[in-house]
Amino acid sequence: MSFSEGLVTVSYIAATILFILSLGGLSSPETARRGNLYGMIGMAIAIIATILGPRVSSVMPIFIAMLIGGSIGGYAARTVKMTEMPELVAAMHSLVGLAAVLIGFANYWDSTIHFEGVEKAIHETEIYLGILIGAVTFSGSVIAFGKLSGRIGGKPMLLPGRHMINLTGLIVVIIVAKLFLGAESGVWGSFLLMIMTGIALAFGVHMVMAIGGADMPVVVSMLNSYSGWAAAATGFMLGNDLLIVTGALVGSSGAILSYIMCRAMNRHFIAVIAGGFGTGGGTAPAAGSGEPQGEVTPISAEETAEVLRQASKVIFVPGYGMAVAQAQHTVFEIQKALRERGIHVHFAIHPVAGRMPGHMNVLLAEAKVPYDIVAEMDEINHEFPETDVAMVIGANDIVNPGAQDDPGSPIAGMPVLEVWKAKTSIVMKRSMASGYAGVDNPLFYKENNRMLFGDAKKMLDEVLAALRAGG
Amino acid sequence: MRIGVPKEVHAGERRVATTPDVAAKLIKLGFTVAIESGAGAAADLDDDAFRAAGVEIVPDARTLWAESDVVLKVRGPEPHPGLGCHEADLLREGGMLASFLWPAQNPELLERLAARKGTVIAMDSVPRISRAQKLDTLSSMANIAGYRAVIEAAQHFGRFFTGQVTAAGKVPPAKVFIIGAGVAGLAAIGAANGMGAIVRAMDTRPEVKDQVKSLGAEFVEVDYKEEGSSTAGGYAKVMSEGYQAAQKATTAKQCQECDVVITTALIPGKPAPRLITAEMVQAMQPGSVIVDLAAEQGGNCELTVPGQVVVRHGVNIIGYTDLPSRMARQSSQLYGTNLLRLMEELCKAKDGVAVVNMEDEMIRGATVVKEGTITWPPPPISVSAAPQKPAAAAPAAKPEEKKPLVPAPVRKALFAAIGAYALYTLGAYAPAAFMSHFMVFVLACFVGYMVIWNVTPALHTPLMSVTNAISSIISIGALIQISSPGFWMTVLAGLALLLTSVNTIGGFAVTQRMLAMFRKSG
Repeated sequence: MSFSEGLVTVSYIAATILFILSLGGLSSPETARRGNLYGMIGMAIAIIATILGPRVSSVMPIFIAMLIGGSIGGYAARTVKMTEMPELVAAMHSLVGLAAVLIGFANYWDSTIHFEGVEKAIHETEIYLGILIGAVTFSGSVIAFGKLSGRIGGKPMLLPGRHMINLTGLIVVIIVAKLFLGAESGVWGSFLLMIMTGIALAFGVHMVMAIGGADMPVVVSMLNSYSGWAAAATGFMLGNDLLIVTGALVGSSGAILSYIMCRAMNRHFIAVIAGGFGTGGGTAPAAGSGEPQGEVTPISAEETAEVLRQASKVIFVPGYGMAVAQAQHTVFEIQKALRERGIHVHFAIHPVAGRMPGHMNVLLAEAKVPYDIVAEMDEINHEFPETDVAMVIGANDIVNPGAQDDPGSPIAGMPVLEVWKAKTSIVMKRSMASGYAGVDNPLFYKENNRMLFGDAKKMLDEVLAALRAGG
Repeated sequence: MRIGVPKEVHAGERRVATTPDVAAKLIKLGFTVAIESGAGAAADLDDDAFRAAGVEIVPDARTLWAESDVVLKVRGPEPHPGLGCHEADLLREGGMLASFLWPAQNPELLERLAARKGTVIAMDSVPRISRAQKLDTLSSMANIAGYRAVIEAAQHFGRFFTGQVTAAGKVPPAKVFIIGAGVAGLAAIGAANGMGAIVRAMDTRPEVKDQVKSLGAEFVEVDYKEEGSSTAGGYAKVMSEGYQAAQKATTAKQCQECDVVITTALIPGKPAPRLITAEMVQAMQPGSVIVDLAAEQGGNCELTVPGQVVVRHGVNIIGYTDLPSRMARQSSQLYGTNLLRLMEELCKAKDGVAVVNMEDEMIRGATVVKEGTITWPPPPISVSAAPQKPAAAAPAAKPEEKKPLVPAPVRKALFAAIGAYALYTLGAYAPAAFMSHFMVFVLACFVGYMVIWNVTPALHTPLMSVTNAISSIISIGALIQISSPGFWMTVLAGLALLLTSVNTIGGFAVTQRMLAMFRKSG
């Protein structure tokens, strides 16, 4: 059986609709699973229709490649830990980027494609752009993967004159593009393409290296966006509407996520990409704003359990520290114990908590915390004044009152969770070190704040034991 | 030490200063707890429940007072009708008493207690600092009074609070107007809102506007500018004449429109402000209800009779002064917990010995008699002390404002012009085939924009993994080229296909795994 060009197009339309429905399904957890199913069906229709279509003749290599790739993907999906989701997502972005580069080169060398005049110029521009975006996505994602998995240090690496380096790179890429469009022979053209690919790869590395750990949510969603634009550019190159639509959907999705993340940090996208949180010359020096000083009041695990037991309303504020300590299951047990006592428990999630958008939600979901007690910042911020205990688990900058009170703070204006308005706040922390932004946190010195020092998992286990022992 | 809780003697008082739950916690602190037989009966707490919590039951008041080192009470001491003597004289020499006292109004009571060489803590004098909130009995009682005020209003109001459309016709919702958005006012807003009424609230302090709104009420503003209306301590102060006139006009208008008016306006140490005049009552609809929570201090309404419900000009005016006592079980529990927090502060060692530390500003403020010496009024404390700011840093810390080179509207127009020119060039030179693809691209971007904003933030991670899986649609490109002639073409395309297959299967599978974990409670 084989499909005509028309049947293939119809299948592509069906796939497009299914993809849109798939993303639409994610508007609530109830419809999300069905959404994912739509996505799978759409993908299956698109691939089968293409294989059966008129432009594919040899099926064997397809079969082998998909079998190997599919097995690797399936294995990775089954075994990945939920705390490692950001790494997995970054790794997968790099694959899309690399595939876009390969397809771009294959297309350029494909002897069956002929264009003349303006069409040739446009086609070559498309190839050039596709490879460019693909290469940046690839190398950027590889570095992001390295940073997220701890293989590369989280601190921003700032080369001297890094903006000049980027600018020079951009100019060279444009000049090479002009030469490439004018290239007569395939060999010279290929050479120019490779030079550009090299520059793009270096640019991707340099860009992500310069970005600090706390900005990773922006980077991951930005790379998500790039992988979409790479697909769209490939779609233009091949004249394939399905790729264009899908790429545009993914691209705008990632762009919106990046925007949401930036807004949650009160920073401009450009500023994030330019790199180095708190290290740039533009912000006022942190020292000038007055070091918050005073006594911190430590609290023991047993006392924490007592405070929680006395409360009638508790809000947990998880941060990256919870993911690092793998403490989400203990958090679940604690909230369960509290809820059984009739205490109202909520979770407050800051948009940039963790290392990728929605990271905390996934971790809590993994630990079986019901999603209807997990609230976003805007939903829950006004509830802190009525809250007895706000428990901060491994978060710092997202609960820093300095962002509201201190105009000189490097994170001034960033929306934060107002835990200090609760009757008591308890901050779990390993030590008194400052957060990623390198800003001291006046919260720690507040009168109604208590510090529970130690590894989050270990301390929470003790709190849980004390809660259970207390009957 | 031994804590004793006598039965309240004030006529109509149903509250009791502890509950079995609270008593059990006091015992954990190392105290022995005794209670006069029947003390909790009016609050539905019988002796057996106390006994089960480990509390000793003492049959008569005289023994209880005599044997107790610390006496916990609700109302201040007054003449005991059964024993024919004053409760203050029952306090054991050198004993301790914690109760409501109103030291400013009762100087002779202070003298009397001082004569017993006792230590007296007035729960109404706990300073209003954040650390002392857990001892704030005024707030806990005000909270109950506010709630109860709405219940009393509903009792006397002949209609539904919530609007309904029934087969028998449409019922409009009741309109409730609340004057004073303190603890009681806010509690009343919450309760009235919960019952479905339309709630409006007025307060002289503009800073409470957000609190009012957060509880679902409309904030009625008085059209008059006046600076700083709350005093140190968070209470309202007396306002200027101009303001009062404007406030009066606003109040009159609201009274006319609303069915239920609940007034909670109090200024500490002063008679309650007269906000509702006889004419305003006259202008109200017959059957309306006024609940005057300031009745004890003279009332916010001219026609209020303290302690009674009266009907004037067809309007029910409720002047109950014992609203917390009307919910005795709830108020006993909250009051008892406040007292427990006090005992925790006094007994930090948890060894059953209460120590009054006059260095602690919270304890200092509440202690009105210390070992026979009257220590009231306490020295003023600065509330909500602002953290000390380094003098030099404040102005320097302001980040420099960058002035954009071009003003915003010009910049916007410039961008629009550049965009239009780019589109024009594209349209003029690009071939038709490209333009149709371009149109699809732009439309898809818009569809994506619309769809993605609807995605709930909780699902952002699954969104990323699913878009990741979908973006491996790029494999179509590989599929098309894998059959092109040439070995290298097949290798390149095959490799690309392999990579995207990892993504397709991995992306969808991991999304499925994640989504399966999201579950609802219950």
